[in-house]
Amino acid sequence: MRRGTLKQILLITDGCSNQGEDPAAVSSLIREQGITVNVIGVLEDDQSEQPEGLQEVEEIASAGGGVSRIVFAKALSQTVQMVTRQAMTQTIQGVVNQELQEILGSEKSMDDLPPEKRGEVMEVVEELGETCDLEVLVLVDTSASMTKKLPTVKEALEDLSLSLGARPGKNRFAIFSFPGKKRHISRLLSWTPSIQNISSIFPKLTSGGITPTGPALKEALFQFARTPEIKERRTSDEIYYEEPGH
Amino acid sequence: MKSTMKNPVIDVKPGTFINGKWHHHTYQIVKKLGHGACGTVYLACTQSQYVALKISHQQASITTEVNVLKALNQVQGARLGPSLMDVDDWQTSTGETLSFYVMEYLKGYELNAFISRKGEEWLGILALQLLDDLDALHQAGWVFGDLKPENLIVIASPPRLRWIDVGGTTRIGRAIKEYTEFYDRGYWGLGSRKAEPGYDLFALAMVMLQVYYPGRFEKGADPVKTLKEKLHQQQMLQKYSPCIERALFGKYKSSKEMKQDLLNHLTTKPKNHGKSVQKRAQPGKHSSPDHYRMLESLGIGLVLLLFSFVFFIFQSL
Repeated sequence: MRRGTLKQILLITDGCSNQGEDPAAVSSLIREQGITVNVIGVLEDDQSEQPEGLQEVEEIASAGGGVSRIVFAKALSQTVQMVTRQAMTQTIQGVVNQELQEILGSEKSMDDLPPEKRGEVMEVVEELGETCDLEVLVLVDTSASMTKKLPTVKEALEDLSLSLGARPGKNRFAIFSFPGKKRHISRLLSWTPSIQNISSIFPKLTSGGITPTGPALKEALFQFARTPEIKERRTSDEIYYEEPGH
Repeated sequence: MKSTMKNPVIDVKPGTFINGKWHHHTYQIVKKLGHGACGTVYLACTQSQYVALKISHQQASITTEVNVLKALNQVQGARLGPSLMDVDDWQTSTGETLSFYVMEYLKGYELNAFISRKGEEWLGILALQLLDDLDALHQAGWVFGDLKPENLIVIASPPRLRWIDVGGTTRIGRAIKEYTEFYDRGYWGLGSRKAEPGYDLFALAMVMLQVYYPGRFEKGADPVKTLKEKLHQQQMLQKYSPCIERALFGKYKSSKEMKQDLLNHLTTKPKNHGKSVQKRAQPGKHSSPDHYRMLESLGIGLVLLLFSFVFFIFQSL
């Protein structure tokens, strides 16, 4: 058992992938590494129908053990924070469920507990959600159709940082965009404790047409491996739990 | 568009019986009352008594809210939030398990509807009540979080403000669980989203502001300037404006302090007696004095013009 850091990839896109391996397959692979994949599909504010390509959004997220939402650009801020928090709770609940199974015997989960007992378990889940360390890699689709939505994305990410920054736990964020110029993704912001004033980091425009979501996700995975673990430990009220996938 | 994955709104038809899996109580759905971030609230009937029943796919959120309600029900000397009556699971006919909790059904007016019906003078009184409740809540170690008119209700005789949705209630020191941008100080760039008393006081100030701007307003390029403009533009807000401004800019350390200040402002005699003739307010409708002043000067101008006309005509005769 060691102190856990929750790791997430947050994919923000507006269309279907059309190059490289199946993003859902890559997403399953990432999940195996103990990293959750959340996906947000962004619609134009005047878009009335849901484009077909966005079905992929749910597949990628469920393969990655994460949460997905399809929203209008104007609702992005609230959604980004909701998706991140919900995925954190899900992951922690998964871990707590595992612990419960060890204590209560197999096949037991929170659903099998009477509502009175759930309250206490939920207290623990919430406490962990507040105090655990969190790493979020944001992967933004910057293909031509996204250009108009990038200011909203920027605002939503600053807002996410504000929300998570209020937790006692530590945060680290990194922002990557895809498709990149030479490689599948390009780094816009390297790992940092908070996101502020990032207006200048989004590139003007990348060539339209290609959306290599699968390869981009795969490269994003390597960005976690390269970063050192958050070493600092808290001396008081340390909470230990096992990370999923270990 | 809502989530396309798992629709957070659960549609239960009126007349449906909901049977609790654990406690075996039965509730008959009467109608939908509304829905929050994580579930739908229904009016239901059990043993010839009306209750409010919140149901959700997300067991975790239901459990969290139940925890909050339990904690609030234990606070002495104040009735914070509706009282909790039951928590259970319901297995639908399709085999899905949904979680729900049952609480006291509070019947009343929405805040803005109440004020426009009963008169503007009630705003101050309801705000004072709210500050008392917030103080009790803060003393107990919690922050309301998602404070907005939609989560409040005014019950009748005697009029009393009550909380109907405590889904955003967060322990002091943690990150605010649920918020609505317009009422969130973080959105306006006026503070963090850490749960502390000042967070609620900011939201309360915004609740008071929105009574006169029911359509709310955009934050604009300079949010602070926007807030100040909106605050000073509205004549009816002037008696509260020093308090609202202090709450917006985080000057109060506690609800008690804000309550005392608000009380002082509401009970001191107005300085200029000539202007203080109280008109019955029409919140939401703009009564702009500038507008009247312009009409007045236009009238005077017209009369002068008429006189000079008559004068000219007489001269030419």
